[in-house]
Amino acid sequence: MTTIAELPPGFVDKVLSAQSTFRSVMDAMARPGAVQRIVPMAGTSGPMMRGTAAIALTLFDHDTPLWLDARMSESSDVLKWLKFHTGAPVIQDSSIAAFALISDGGALPSLERFALGTNEYPDRSTTVIIQVDSLDAGRSFELRGPGIDGVATLHASIKPFDLFERLRFNETLFPRGIDVVLVADDAVVAIPRTTRVMSKGG
Amino acid sequence: MNAPAYNFAYLDEQTKRMIRRAILKAIAIPGYQVPFASREMPMPYGWGTGGVQVTAAILGPQDVLKVIDQGSDDTTNAISIRKFFAKTAGVATTTSTDEATVIQTRHRIPETSLHENQVLVYQVPIPEPLRFLEPRETETRRMHALAEYGLMHVKLYEDIARFGHIATAYAYPVKVNARYVMDPSPTPKFDNPKMDNCPALQLFGAGREKRIYAIPPYTQVVSLDFEDHPFEPYRFNAPCALCAAENSYLDEIVTDDKGSRMFVCSDTDYCEGRQAAGHHGALSAAPYKDKAPETSNG
Repeated sequence: MTTIAELPPGFVDKVLSAQSTFRSVMDAMARPGAVQRIVPMAGTSGPMMRGTAAIALTLFDHDTPLWLDARMSESSDVLKWLKFHTGAPVIQDSSIAAFALISDGGALPSLERFALGTNEYPDRSTTVIIQVDSLDAGRSFELRGPGIDGVATLHASIKPFDLFERLRFNETLFPRGIDVVLVADDAVVAIPRTTRVMSKGG
Repeated sequence: MNAPAYNFAYLDEQTKRMIRRAILKAIAIPGYQVPFASREMPMPYGWGTGGVQVTAAILGPQDVLKVIDQGSDDTTNAISIRKFFAKTAGVATTTSTDEATVIQTRHRIPETSLHENQVLVYQVPIPEPLRFLEPRETETRRMHALAEYGLMHVKLYEDIARFGHIATAYAYPVKVNARYVMDPSPTPKFDNPKMDNCPALQLFGAGREKRIYAIPPYTQVVSLDFEDHPFEPYRFNAPCALCAAENSYLDEIVTDDKGSRMFVCSDTDYCEGRQAAGHHGALSAAPYKDKAPETSNG
Protein backbone atom coordinates (compact mmCIF):
# COMPACT_ATOMS: atom_id res chain seq x y z
CA MET A 1 0.00 0.00 0.00
CA THR A 2 1.26 3.45 -0.93
CA THR A 3 1.65 5.76 1.96
CA ILE A 4 1.74 9.53 1.61
CA ALA A 5 5.51 9.49 1.96
CA GLU A 6 5.79 7.31 -1.12
CA LEU A 7 3.63 9.56 -3.32
CA PRO A 8 5.44 11.27 -6.16
CA PRO A 9 6.04 14.90 -5.16
CA GLY A 10 4.25 18.03 -6.32
CA PHE A 11 6.10 21.16 -7.43
CA VAL A 12 9.35 21.97 -5.64
CA ASP A 13 8.36 25.65 -5.61
CA LYS A 14 4.57 25.70 -5.57
CA VAL A 15 4.15 29.39 -6.27
CA LEU A 16 6.60 30.07 -9.09
CA SER A 17 6.14 26.68 -10.75
CA ALA A 18 2.38 27.21 -10.91
CA GLN A 19 2.92 30.69 -12.36
CA SER A 20 5.29 29.42 -15.04
CA THR A 21 2.99 26.53 -15.95
CA PHE A 22 -0.01 28.84 -16.12
CA ARG A 23 1.80 31.20 -18.48
CA SER A 24 2.55 28.27 -20.80
CA VAL A 25 -1.11 27.20 -20.75
CA MET A 26 -2.31 30.81 -21.15
CA ASP A 27 0.00 31.33 -24.12
CA ALA A 28 -1.21 28.04 -25.58
CA MET A 29 -4.85 29.13 -25.19
CA ALA A 30 -4.11 32.59 -26.61
CA ARG A 31 -2.16 31.19 -29.59
CA PRO A 32 -3.91 27.98 -30.67
CA GLY A 33 -1.64 25.53 -32.45
CA ALA A 34 1.59 27.02 -31.07
CA VAL A 35 3.46 24.44 -29.03
CA GLN A 36 4.32 25.71 -25.55
CA ARG A 37 6.70 23.96 -23.18
CA ILE A 38 5.99 23.36 -19.52
CA VAL A 39 9.26 23.84 -17.68
CA PRO A 40 8.65 23.09 -13.99
CA MET A 41 8.25 19.42 -13.34
CA ALA A 42 6.47 17.46 -10.68
CA GLY A 43 6.36 13.79 -9.92
CA THR A 44 3.91 11.78 -11.96
CA SER A 45 2.13 8.58 -11.30
CA GLY A 46 0.49 5.93 -13.41
CA PRO A 47 -0.56 7.03 -16.89
CA MET A 48 -0.26 10.73 -16.10
CA MET A 49 2.28 12.66 -18.19
CA ARG A 50 4.48 15.26 -16.51
CA GLY A 51 2.84 18.12 -18.43
CA THR A 52 -0.58 16.94 -17.26
CA ALA A 53 0.67 16.71 -13.68
CA ALA A 54 1.97 20.29 -13.82
CA ILE A 55 -1.34 21.55 -15.24
CA ALA A 56 -3.24 19.67 -12.53
CA LEU A 57 -1.15 21.26 -9.78
CA THR A 58 -1.64 24.68 -11.40
CA LEU A 59 -5.38 24.71 -12.07
CA PHE A 60 -7.14 22.05 -9.98
CA ASP A 61 -8.46 22.50 -6.45
CA HIS A 62 -11.54 21.80 -4.35
CA ASP A 63 -13.58 24.09 -6.62
CA THR A 64 -12.99 22.03 -9.77
CA PRO A 65 -14.95 18.79 -10.18
CA LEU A 66 -12.75 16.43 -12.13
CA TRP A 67 -13.70 13.64 -14.51
CA LEU A 68 -11.16 10.91 -15.30
CA ASP A 69 -11.26 8.44 -18.16
CA ALA A 70 -11.19 4.76 -17.40
CA ARG A 71 -7.43 4.34 -17.62
CA MET A 72 -6.85 7.26 -15.24
CA SER A 73 -9.54 6.34 -12.75
CA GLU A 74 -8.38 2.71 -12.64
CA SER A 75 -5.00 3.84 -11.38
CA SER A 76 -5.14 4.21 -7.62
CA ASP A 77 -1.79 6.01 -7.79
CA VAL A 78 -3.34 8.74 -9.94
CA LEU A 79 -6.34 9.05 -7.65
CA LYS A 80 -4.19 9.30 -4.52
CA TRP A 81 -1.82 11.76 -6.14
CA LEU A 82 -4.63 14.02 -7.33
CA LYS A 83 -6.43 13.84 -4.03
CA PHE A 84 -3.35 14.64 -1.98
CA HIS A 85 -1.88 17.38 -4.17
CA THR A 86 -4.96 19.11 -5.57
CA GLY A 87 -7.95 18.11 -3.45
CA ALA A 88 -10.14 18.18 -6.56
CA PRO A 89 -13.25 16.01 -6.21
CA VAL A 90 -13.28 13.18 -8.76
CA ILE A 91 -16.80 12.75 -10.09
CA GLN A 92 -18.60 10.18 -12.23
CA ASP A 93 -20.93 12.63 -13.99
CA SER A 94 -18.90 14.17 -16.81
CA SER A 95 -21.60 16.76 -17.54
CA ILE A 96 -20.70 18.83 -14.47
CA ALA A 97 -16.92 18.50 -14.68
CA ALA A 98 -14.71 21.58 -14.78
CA PHE A 99 -11.85 19.51 -16.15
CA ALA A 100 -11.60 16.10 -17.74
CA LEU A 101 -8.36 14.13 -17.93
CA ILE A 102 -8.08 11.75 -20.88
CA SER A 103 -5.10 9.43 -21.07
CA ASP A 104 -6.58 7.07 -23.64
CA GLY A 105 -7.83 9.29 -26.46
CA GLY A 106 -9.13 6.27 -28.35
CA ALA A 107 -11.78 5.87 -25.67
CA LEU A 108 -12.75 9.54 -25.55
CA PRO A 109 -16.48 9.62 -24.85
CA SER A 110 -18.86 11.66 -26.94
CA LEU A 111 -18.04 15.32 -26.35
CA GLU A 112 -21.71 16.12 -25.74
CA ARG A 113 -21.36 14.28 -22.45
CA PHE A 114 -19.18 17.03 -21.03
CA ALA A 115 -20.41 20.39 -19.76
CA LEU A 116 -20.92 22.68 -22.75
CA GLY A 117 -21.92 25.73 -20.73
CA THR A 118 -25.12 27.64 -21.33
CA ASN A 119 -25.73 30.54 -23.67
CA GLU A 120 -25.89 32.79 -20.60
CA TYR A 121 -22.81 31.25 -18.96
CA PRO A 122 -20.72 29.65 -21.71
CA ASP A 123 -17.71 29.64 -19.35
CA ARG A 124 -19.31 26.86 -17.28
CA SER A 125 -17.94 24.23 -19.62
CA THR A 126 -15.48 21.37 -19.30
CA THR A 127 -11.88 21.92 -20.28
CA VAL A 128 -10.83 18.57 -21.72
CA ILE A 129 -7.17 17.71 -21.26
CA ILE A 130 -6.12 14.96 -23.65
CA GLN A 131 -2.76 13.21 -23.53
CA VAL A 132 -1.48 12.52 -27.04
CA ASP A 133 1.53 10.79 -28.58
CA SER A 134 3.24 13.77 -30.15
CA LEU A 135 2.79 17.47 -30.81
CA ASP A 136 5.91 17.74 -32.96
CA ALA A 137 5.43 15.05 -35.56
CA GLY A 138 2.55 13.34 -37.28
CA ARG A 139 -0.30 14.49 -39.47
CA SER A 140 -0.45 18.17 -40.29
CA PHE A 141 -3.38 20.35 -39.50
CA GLU A 142 -4.23 23.91 -40.48
CA LEU A 143 -5.70 26.07 -37.75
CA ARG A 144 -7.60 29.32 -38.12
CA GLY A 145 -9.34 31.60 -35.65
CA PRO A 146 -8.73 34.14 -32.90
CA GLY A 147 -5.16 34.04 -31.62
CA ILE A 148 -3.80 32.96 -35.00
CA ASP A 149 -2.19 35.34 -37.48
CA GLY A 150 -3.72 33.90 -40.62
CA VAL A 151 -3.02 30.18 -40.54
CA ALA A 152 -1.12 28.09 -38.00
CA THR A 153 0.21 24.64 -38.78
CA LEU A 154 0.25 21.89 -36.20
CA HIS A 155 2.01 18.56 -36.61
CA ALA A 156 0.54 16.09 -34.20
CA SER A 157 -0.06 12.46 -33.60
CA ILE A 158 -3.43 12.37 -31.89
CA LYS A 159 -6.03 9.93 -30.76
CA PRO A 160 -8.91 9.88 -31.41
CA PHE A 161 -8.03 10.37 -35.09
CA ASP A 162 -11.28 12.22 -35.67
CA LEU A 163 -10.87 14.57 -32.70
CA PHE A 164 -10.93 17.73 -34.81
CA GLU A 165 -13.91 16.53 -36.83
CA ARG A 166 -15.74 15.94 -33.56
CA LEU A 167 -14.71 19.38 -32.30
CA ARG A 168 -16.39 20.96 -35.29
CA PHE A 169 -19.61 20.98 -33.29
CA ASN A 170 -18.10 23.99 -31.50
CA GLU A 171 -18.85 26.01 -34.62
CA THR A 172 -22.61 25.74 -34.29
CA LEU A 173 -22.64 25.63 -30.50
CA PHE A 174 -20.75 28.89 -30.00
CA PRO A 175 -20.62 30.59 -27.52
CA ARG A 176 -21.12 27.21 -25.84
CA GLY A 177 -18.48 24.62 -26.50
CA ILE A 178 -15.56 22.50 -25.42
CA ASP A 179 -12.03 23.79 -24.99
CA VAL A 180 -9.31 21.20 -25.45
CA VAL A 181 -5.77 21.14 -24.12
CA LEU A 182 -3.46 18.61 -25.76
CA VAL A 183 -0.48 17.39 -23.77
CA ALA A 184 2.47 15.32 -24.99
CA ASP A 185 5.08 14.93 -22.27
CA ASP A 186 6.12 18.56 -21.55
CA ALA A 187 4.53 20.03 -24.70
CA VAL A 188 1.11 21.65 -24.62
CA VAL A 189 -1.21 22.92 -27.36
CA ALA A 190 -4.65 24.36 -26.77
CA ILE A 191 -7.61 24.22 -29.13
CA PRO A 192 -10.18 26.66 -27.75
CA ARG A 193 -13.75 26.50 -29.05
CA THR A 194 -13.09 29.31 -31.54
CA THR A 195 -10.40 27.44 -33.47
CA ARG A 196 -11.24 25.82 -36.81
CA VAL A 197 -9.01 22.90 -37.70
CA MET A 198 -8.57 21.43 -41.16
CA SER A 199 -6.64 18.25 -41.81
CA LYS A 200 -3.93 18.73 -44.42
CA GLY A 201 -3.30 15.02 -44.73
CA GLY A 202 0.26 13.71 -44.95
CA MET B 1 11.16 36.58 11.59
CA ASN B 2 12.43 36.76 8.05
CA ALA B 3 9.34 35.21 6.55
CA PRO B 4 7.90 37.42 3.80
CA ALA B 5 4.71 39.19 4.78
CA TYR B 6 2.97 38.38 1.49
CA ASN B 7 2.76 35.57 -0.97
CA PHE B 8 4.48 36.27 -4.29
CA ALA B 9 2.43 38.98 -6.06
CA TYR B 10 0.23 39.45 -2.96
CA LEU B 11 -2.65 37.07 -3.80
CA ASP B 12 -2.85 33.62 -2.20
CA GLU B 13 -2.52 30.59 -4.47
CA GLN B 14 -6.15 29.52 -4.32
CA THR B 15 -7.25 32.96 -5.50
CA LYS B 16 -4.69 32.87 -8.30
CA ARG B 17 -5.96 29.48 -9.48
CA MET B 18 -9.52 30.81 -9.56
CA ILE B 19 -8.47 33.90 -11.54
CA ARG B 20 -6.29 31.83 -13.87
CA ARG B 21 -9.19 29.52 -14.69
CA ALA B 22 -11.34 32.58 -15.43
CA ILE B 23 -8.63 34.01 -17.70
CA LEU B 24 -8.43 30.77 -19.72
CA LYS B 25 -12.20 30.75 -20.29
CA ALA B 26 -12.11 34.47 -21.14
CA ILE B 27 -9.51 33.80 -23.84
CA ALA B 28 -11.52 30.86 -25.18
CA ILE B 29 -14.67 33.01 -25.50
CA PRO B 30 -13.39 36.37 -26.83
CA GLY B 31 -15.33 39.34 -25.49
CA TYR B 32 -17.48 37.33 -23.05
CA GLN B 33 -17.38 38.55 -19.45
CA VAL B 34 -16.41 35.69 -17.13
CA PRO B 35 -17.64 36.14 -13.54
CA PHE B 36 -14.90 35.70 -10.94
CA ALA B 37 -14.67 35.89 -7.16
CA SER B 38 -12.96 39.26 -7.00
CA ARG B 39 -11.04 39.83 -3.78
CA GLU B 40 -10.68 42.90 -1.68
CA MET B 41 -7.36 44.49 -2.54
CA PRO B 42 -5.28 46.92 -0.49
CA MET B 43 -6.54 49.82 -2.59
CA PRO B 44 -9.99 51.28 -3.17
CA TYR B 45 -12.35 50.22 -5.95
CA GLY B 46 -11.77 52.46 -8.92
CA TRP B 47 -8.01 52.31 -8.48
CA GLY B 48 -7.59 49.26 -10.63
CA THR B 49 -8.41 46.36 -8.30
CA GLY B 50 -9.55 44.23 -11.26
CA GLY B 51 -6.46 44.92 -13.32
CA VAL B 52 -4.25 44.37 -10.29
CA GLN B 53 -5.78 40.94 -9.65
CA VAL B 54 -5.30 39.89 -13.27
CA THR B 55 -1.72 41.16 -13.24
CA ALA B 56 -1.03 39.36 -9.94
CA ALA B 57 -2.33 36.09 -11.41
CA ILE B 58 -0.14 36.19 -14.53
CA LEU B 59 3.01 37.93 -13.26
CA GLY B 60 6.25 35.96 -12.86
CA PRO B 61 9.71 36.90 -11.64
CA GLN B 62 11.02 37.15 -15.20
CA ASP B 63 8.40 39.72 -16.21
CA VAL B 64 9.04 43.41 -16.74
CA LEU B 65 6.05 45.47 -15.66
CA LYS B 66 4.86 48.82 -16.97
CA VAL B 67 1.85 50.62 -15.52
CA ILE B 68 0.15 53.58 -17.15
CA ASP B 69 -2.74 55.77 -16.12
CA GLN B 70 -4.24 57.81 -18.99
CA GLY B 71 -1.03 57.11 -20.91
CA SER B 72 1.22 58.43 -18.18
CA ASP B 73 3.77 56.42 -16.21
CA ASP B 74 4.06 59.17 -13.63
CA THR B 75 0.63 59.58 -12.06
CA THR B 76 -0.24 58.48 -8.52
CA ASN B 77 -2.23 55.45 -9.65
CA ALA B 78 0.46 54.19 -12.00
CA ILE B 79 3.28 54.74 -9.54
CA SER B 80 1.51 53.09 -6.63
CA ILE B 81 0.57 49.98 -8.63
CA ARG B 82 4.10 49.73 -10.01
CA LYS B 83 5.50 49.99 -6.48
CA PHE B 84 2.95 47.49 -5.23
CA PHE B 85 4.27 44.81 -7.58
CA ALA B 86 7.90 45.81 -7.15
CA LYS B 87 7.37 45.22 -3.44
CA THR B 88 5.15 42.13 -3.42
CA ALA B 89 6.61 40.33 -6.46
CA GLY B 90 10.04 41.88 -6.78
CA VAL B 91 9.59 42.22 -10.54
CA ALA B 92 11.54 44.62 -12.69
CA THR B 93 9.57 47.68 -13.71
CA THR B 94 9.97 49.97 -16.68
CA THR B 95 8.34 52.94 -18.34
CA SER B 96 9.36 51.75 -21.80
CA THR B 97 6.54 50.19 -23.80
CA ASP B 98 8.98 48.11 -25.85
CA GLU B 99 10.76 46.57 -22.88
CA ALA B 100 7.65 45.65 -20.90
CA THR B 101 6.23 42.11 -20.99
CA VAL B 102 3.15 42.98 -18.93
CA ILE B 103 1.54 46.41 -19.25
CA GLN B 104 -1.28 47.34 -16.91
CA THR B 105 -3.27 50.27 -18.20
CA ARG B 106 -5.99 52.61 -17.11
CA HIS B 107 -7.84 54.24 -20.00
CA ARG B 108 -5.21 54.17 -22.76
CA ILE B 109 -3.45 51.86 -25.18
CA PRO B 110 0.20 52.80 -25.73
CA GLU B 111 1.05 54.55 -29.02
CA THR B 112 4.00 52.25 -29.67
CA SER B 113 2.79 49.09 -31.40
CA LEU B 114 2.61 46.11 -29.07
CA HIS B 115 4.32 42.83 -29.92
CA GLU B 116 3.63 39.13 -29.43
CA ASN B 117 5.48 38.70 -26.15
CA GLN B 118 3.35 41.24 -24.34
CA VAL B 119 0.16 41.13 -22.32
CA LEU B 120 -1.93 44.29 -21.97
CA VAL B 121 -4.05 44.31 -18.79
CA TYR B 122 -6.88 46.86 -18.68
CA GLN B 123 -8.45 48.25 -15.53
CA VAL B 124 -12.19 48.28 -16.12
CA PRO B 125 -14.76 50.21 -14.05
CA ILE B 126 -17.98 49.02 -15.75
CA PRO B 127 -17.49 45.95 -17.95
CA GLU B 128 -21.07 45.70 -19.22
CA PRO B 129 -21.48 47.82 -22.39
CA LEU B 130 -25.27 47.55 -22.11
CA ARG B 131 -25.48 48.54 -18.44
CA PHE B 132 -26.60 52.14 -18.97
CA LEU B 133 -29.21 50.95 -21.45
CA GLU B 134 -30.50 48.04 -19.34
CA PRO B 135 -29.71 48.02 -15.63
CA ARG B 136 -30.79 44.41 -14.96
CA GLU B 137 -27.96 41.89 -15.10
CA THR B 138 -30.40 39.07 -15.90
CA GLU B 139 -31.53 40.98 -18.99
CA THR B 140 -28.10 42.04 -20.26
CA ARG B 141 -26.90 38.47 -19.81
CA ARG B 142 -29.76 37.23 -21.96
CA MET B 143 -29.08 39.91 -24.55
CA HIS B 144 -25.49 38.70 -24.82
CA ALA B 145 -26.70 35.09 -25.00
CA LEU B 146 -28.95 35.92 -27.93
CA ALA B 147 -26.50 38.41 -29.49
CA GLU B 148 -29.36 40.89 -29.28
CA TYR B 149 -27.56 44.19 -29.63
CA GLY B 150 -30.25 46.33 -31.27
CA LEU B 151 -30.41 48.53 -28.19
CA MET B 152 -26.80 49.57 -28.63
CA HIS B 153 -27.42 50.57 -32.23
CA VAL B 154 -30.45 52.56 -31.12
CA LYS B 155 -28.24 54.41 -28.65
CA LEU B 156 -25.70 55.24 -31.36
CA TYR B 157 -28.54 56.24 -33.69
CA GLU B 158 -29.97 58.59 -31.07
CA ASP B 159 -26.55 60.22 -30.89
CA ILE B 160 -26.77 60.89 -34.63
CA ALA B 161 -30.37 62.14 -34.40
CA ARG B 162 -29.46 64.54 -31.60
CA PHE B 163 -25.97 65.70 -32.50
CA GLY B 164 -25.55 64.79 -36.16
CA HIS B 165 -22.75 62.37 -35.38
CA ILE B 166 -21.95 59.53 -32.96
CA ALA B 167 -21.04 61.54 -29.87
CA THR B 168 -19.62 58.66 -27.85
CA ALA B 169 -15.97 59.65 -27.37
CA TYR B 170 -14.70 57.01 -24.96
CA ALA B 171 -15.73 53.47 -23.94
CA TYR B 172 -16.90 53.20 -27.54
CA PRO B 173 -18.51 49.76 -27.97
CA VAL B 174 -16.77 47.15 -30.10
CA LYS B 175 -17.77 43.76 -31.47
CA VAL B 176 -15.20 41.05 -30.83
CA ASN B 177 -14.74 38.19 -33.28
CA ALA B 178 -18.13 39.04 -34.84
CA ARG B 179 -20.02 37.88 -31.74
CA TYR B 180 -19.83 39.71 -28.42
CA VAL B 181 -20.31 43.43 -27.99
CA MET B 182 -17.67 44.53 -25.51
CA ASP B 183 -16.78 47.62 -23.53
CA PRO B 184 -13.13 48.46 -24.26
CA SER B 185 -12.97 50.22 -20.85
CA PRO B 186 -12.98 54.04 -20.92
CA THR B 187 -10.23 54.33 -23.50
CA PRO B 188 -10.71 57.16 -26.01
CA LYS B 189 -12.22 55.88 -29.23
CA PHE B 190 -8.93 57.01 -30.84
CA ASP B 191 -7.49 53.78 -29.39
CA ASN B 192 -10.17 51.40 -30.70
CA PRO B 193 -8.39 50.56 -33.98
CA LYS B 194 -5.33 49.42 -32.00
CA MET B 195 -7.35 46.58 -30.46
CA ASP B 196 -8.08 45.04 -33.84
CA ASN B 197 -5.70 42.28 -34.94
CA CYS B 198 -3.30 43.22 -32.12
CA PRO B 199 -0.30 40.86 -31.76
CA ALA B 200 -0.46 41.10 -27.93
CA LEU B 201 -2.94 39.35 -25.66
CA GLN B 202 -5.42 41.79 -24.10
CA LEU B 203 -6.96 41.00 -20.70
CA PHE B 204 -9.59 43.06 -18.90
CA GLY B 205 -10.25 43.01 -15.16
CA ALA B 206 -13.17 44.65 -13.36
CA GLY B 207 -12.72 44.28 -9.59
CA ARG B 208 -15.89 45.82 -8.22
CA GLU B 209 -18.08 44.26 -10.92
CA LYS B 210 -16.23 40.93 -10.65
CA ARG B 211 -15.68 40.26 -14.34
CA ILE B 212 -12.72 39.20 -16.46
CA TYR B 213 -12.73 39.24 -20.25
CA ALA B 214 -10.18 39.00 -23.01
CA ILE B 215 -9.25 39.57 -26.61
CA PRO B 216 -6.83 36.94 -27.93
CA PRO B 217 -4.04 38.11 -30.24
CA TYR B 218 -4.92 38.61 -33.92
CA THR B 219 -8.64 38.84 -33.24
CA GLN B 220 -11.06 40.97 -35.18
CA VAL B 221 -12.32 43.92 -33.14
CA VAL B 222 -14.80 46.20 -34.93
CA SER B 223 -16.12 49.49 -33.58
CA LEU B 224 -19.90 49.61 -34.00
CA ASP B 225 -21.11 52.11 -36.59
CA PHE B 226 -23.47 52.65 -39.51
CA GLU B 227 -22.74 52.52 -43.24
CA ASP B 228 -23.59 56.22 -43.61
CA HIS B 229 -21.94 57.17 -40.31
CA PRO B 230 -18.73 55.15 -40.25
CA PHE B 231 -16.61 54.97 -37.13
CA GLU B 232 -14.05 57.76 -36.94
CA PRO B 233 -11.33 58.01 -34.30
CA TYR B 234 -11.21 61.48 -32.78
CA ARG B 235 -8.08 63.52 -32.19
CA PHE B 236 -7.45 67.22 -31.45
CA ASN B 237 -6.28 68.85 -34.68
CA ALA B 238 -2.85 69.92 -33.43
CA PRO B 239 0.66 68.59 -33.16
CA CYS B 240 2.03 67.70 -29.73
CA ALA B 241 3.51 70.88 -28.21
CA LEU B 242 6.48 68.96 -26.86
CA CYS B 243 7.37 66.39 -29.52
CA ALA B 244 5.42 67.62 -32.57
CA ALA B 245 3.77 64.22 -33.08
CA GLU B 246 0.89 64.45 -35.54
CA ASN B 247 -0.57 61.00 -34.94
CA SER B 248 -0.69 60.53 -31.16
CA TYR B 249 -3.60 60.99 -28.77
CA LEU B 250 -3.38 64.42 -27.12
CA ASP B 251 -4.24 65.77 -23.69
CA GLU B 252 -5.44 69.35 -23.48
CA ILE B 253 -3.62 71.24 -20.74
CA VAL B 254 -4.85 74.63 -19.55
CA THR B 255 -1.80 76.82 -18.93
CA ASP B 256 -3.26 80.03 -17.43
CA ASP B 257 -6.57 81.68 -16.53
CA LYS B 258 -6.81 83.56 -19.85
CA GLY B 259 -7.79 80.62 -21.98
CA SER B 260 -4.32 79.56 -23.07
CA ARG B 261 -3.82 75.87 -23.51
CA MET B 262 -1.41 73.38 -24.94
CA PHE B 263 -1.80 69.93 -26.42
CA VAL B 264 0.65 67.23 -25.44
CA CYS B 265 0.87 63.49 -26.01
CA SER B 266 -1.07 61.55 -23.41
CA ASP B 267 1.46 58.71 -23.76
CA THR B 268 4.45 60.07 -21.84
CA ASP B 269 6.83 57.27 -22.86
CA TYR B 270 6.07 57.83 -26.53
CA CYS B 271 6.49 61.62 -26.16
CA GLU B 272 9.78 61.35 -24.27
CA GLY B 273 11.08 58.84 -26.78
CA ARG B 274 10.34 61.22 -29.65
CA GLN B 275 11.94 64.16 -27.85
CA ALA B 276 15.04 62.09 -27.13
CA ALA B 277 15.14 61.23 -30.83
CA GLY B 278 15.30 64.95 -31.65
CA HIS B 279 11.67 65.84 -32.35
CA HIS B 280 10.69 69.13 -30.75
CA GLY B 281 7.33 70.83 -30.61
CA ALA B 282 6.48 74.52 -30.44
CA LEU B 283 6.56 74.71 -26.65
CA SER B 284 9.41 72.31 -26.01
CA ALA B 285 11.62 73.97 -23.40
CA ALA B 286 13.88 71.02 -22.89
CA PRO B 287 17.53 72.08 -23.11
CA TYR B 288 18.48 69.24 -25.38
CA LYS B 289 22.00 69.58 -26.70
CA ASP B 290 20.88 68.67 -30.17
CA LYS B 291 18.36 71.51 -30.29
CA ALA B 292 19.26 73.96 -33.03
CA PRO B 293 20.69 77.20 -31.49
CA GLU B 294 18.74 79.57 -33.76
CA THR B 295 15.48 78.54 -32.15
CA SER B 296 16.56 79.98 -28.80
CA ASN B 297 16.04 83.63 -27.89
CA GLY B 298 19.71 84.35 -27.17
